[in-house]
Amino acid sequence: MEDVNIIEVEGLVHRYDDFLAVDNISFSVYEGEIFSFLGPNGAGKSTAINVLTTLLHIQEGRAVVAGHDVAKDPSKVRESIGIVFQEVTLDRDMTCREILEFHGRLYCMPRGERRQRIDELLALVQLETKRDTFTKHLSGGMKRRLEIARGLMTRPKVLFLDEPTIGLDPQTRLKMWDYIKAVNEEGTTIFLTTHYMDEADRLSDRISIIDHGRIITTGKAYELKNKLGKDLIYLETSDNTTTRAILETVESVKDIRDKGRGLVLLVNADGTRLLPRIMEMLGRHGIILETVNLKKPSMDDVFVHFTGRELRDGGAVNTASAVARGGSRR
Amino acid sequence: MKRLGFLTVYWRDMLRFVRFKTLLISSLVQPALWLAFFGIAMAANFDRLAGSVPTIPGVPVVSYLTYMAAGVIAMTTLFTSLFGGIVLLFDKNWGLMREIMASPLPRDHIIFGIALSGMTKSFIQAVIIMVFGIIMGAEFFLGYSAGQVVLSVLGILLFVGIFSLGFLFLSAAISISLESPEGLQGIITLLTMPIFFASNALYPVNAFPPLLQTISVVNPLTHLVNGIRYYAIGNDFQSIGIHYFANNTEIAFSLSVLVIFAAIMFVVAYWRFQKAVVT
Repeated sequence: MEDVNIIEVEGLVHRYDDFLAVDNISFSVYEGEIFSFLGPNGAGKSTAINVLTTLLHIQEGRAVVAGHDVAKDPSKVRESIGIVFQEVTLDRDMTCREILEFHGRLYCMPRGERRQRIDELLALVQLETKRDTFTKHLSGGMKRRLEIARGLMTRPKVLFLDEPTIGLDPQTRLKMWDYIKAVNEEGTTIFLTTHYMDEADRLSDRISIIDHGRIITTGKAYELKNKLGKDLIYLETSDNTTTRAILETVESVKDIRDKGRGLVLLVNADGTRLLPRIMEMLGRHGIILETVNLKKPSMDDVFVHFTGRELRDGGAVNTASAVARGGSRR
Repeated sequence: MKRLGFLTVYWRDMLRFVRFKTLLISSLVQPALWLAFFGIAMAANFDRLAGSVPTIPGVPVVSYLTYMAAGVIAMTTLFTSLFGGIVLLFDKNWGLMREIMASPLPRDHIIFGIALSGMTKSFIQAVIIMVFGIIMGAEFFLGYSAGQVVLSVLGILLFVGIFSLGFLFLSAAISISLESPEGLQGIITLLTMPIFFASNALYPVNAFPPLLQTISVVNPLTHLVNGIRYYAIGNDFQSIGIHYFANNTEIAFSLSVLVIFAAIMFVVAYWRFQKAVVT
């Protein structure tokens, strides 16, 4: 597939009063791919999506979506995209059919096309039997599916998904991913934001890691992982300082980081073969190994590597999201 | 097609109106209850007092119930219209507003759609009150021919329609600017008091102190009531010892006040909607 840019962003900056939510980001999304913004809550993902979908006025920089400039031609952009918002935005007292019907009318779809599209989409997201059910009687997963169907009503070129599986149970999430992949395979470009590592990893063609309003790195999942080396080795020893000094001389050890009570080695070689050598070297220096762990780099490791912190619900993350939420109200 | 986008908003709001049976029924029963309880109780009092006031010879006398039934139509229109925009506020917090704001629908169409559905609700209520009022003994359209009745009803609906548009625009403007339904409730309560009581809906303004009289003159509700009484009762009658006479110029003036009020409120709503950011 030749890479044609369907979204181009250059130097995007967005502030809420004096809080810098998006700090000069530039990136492109290729036509037909699934592209993810991966980052903690409050990293600026939703703000970026709100600018690209014209819900927020662009403050600085340039953004082109589906061939239309968001500043100059917002209504053309609106006609070319579909959006699934982070929070549920359904009318509790309307049926699934009515929700889709309303959307089709909003975009001035002719009646016949509207009807046909509703049938197709309810089948796609397997809600045919819920056609005349009020949305208040749907489960969380069904609501999400209905919202995805709504986002697809007008056959958009790009579908924006803001945290599509937030609050869903693991099984439903897996199914959700299947729906998203199916939609993508029909030719819709997908731009999604997520703070779930596995979601970005399993679903997307390319990932941008975003933190504190900046894009830290972009690439395919395996490329990002390869940047960390082939394997990760975790060691707890009787003397971490000496261990570090010894292992820094080993050529295939790319980097050594402190983690908790031990060390993480980013290695370029096959870990299963390297590990016995390391153990032997440490043994010669009289260092006792207390714990050893060997694994392939995961997206979590990638994130920690590039941002220097865990993407858990730690204190720092919570503060950042609180600021962002406070800001977005204004 | 795009020029009819407001019909989408209209369709959806009417769908909800018909769907919520409790809302539908209470909105229809409430004005009837006003007439039934307040109307009859007050009519008994006012008519007794009016008996001690000498009547003006040669001018038809109209019962208090008839007099205040026109006011109840106006009052119901006021309340319904002021609350008409609240759906926007709910949509903003929990519903479809983000979807609408992210769609190509021009924002003035949201205002028109909501205003049109609010106006429809007011029409339905006005007709119901007229029918119920007549059943209870309000002497509307007395001595009118069938053709005159139809014209008078249309005249009343014209006044009700324009008045409701004004307050629906205002309600929409407030709703889109606020964060919580509680805030809207507070503002509406604050607005309804002076509008309702500094008007001629339930009693004559003639005995008001000067300040209150001035308010009543610029009060759109007074002008709506003028229009309704003109069409429902006539241009020359007396009630509670006060002679009401309205010529065509005065009625045209009242209509103009309502049109100007609606136009200003539309500008306000348009401005608020252009500034609104929903994320």
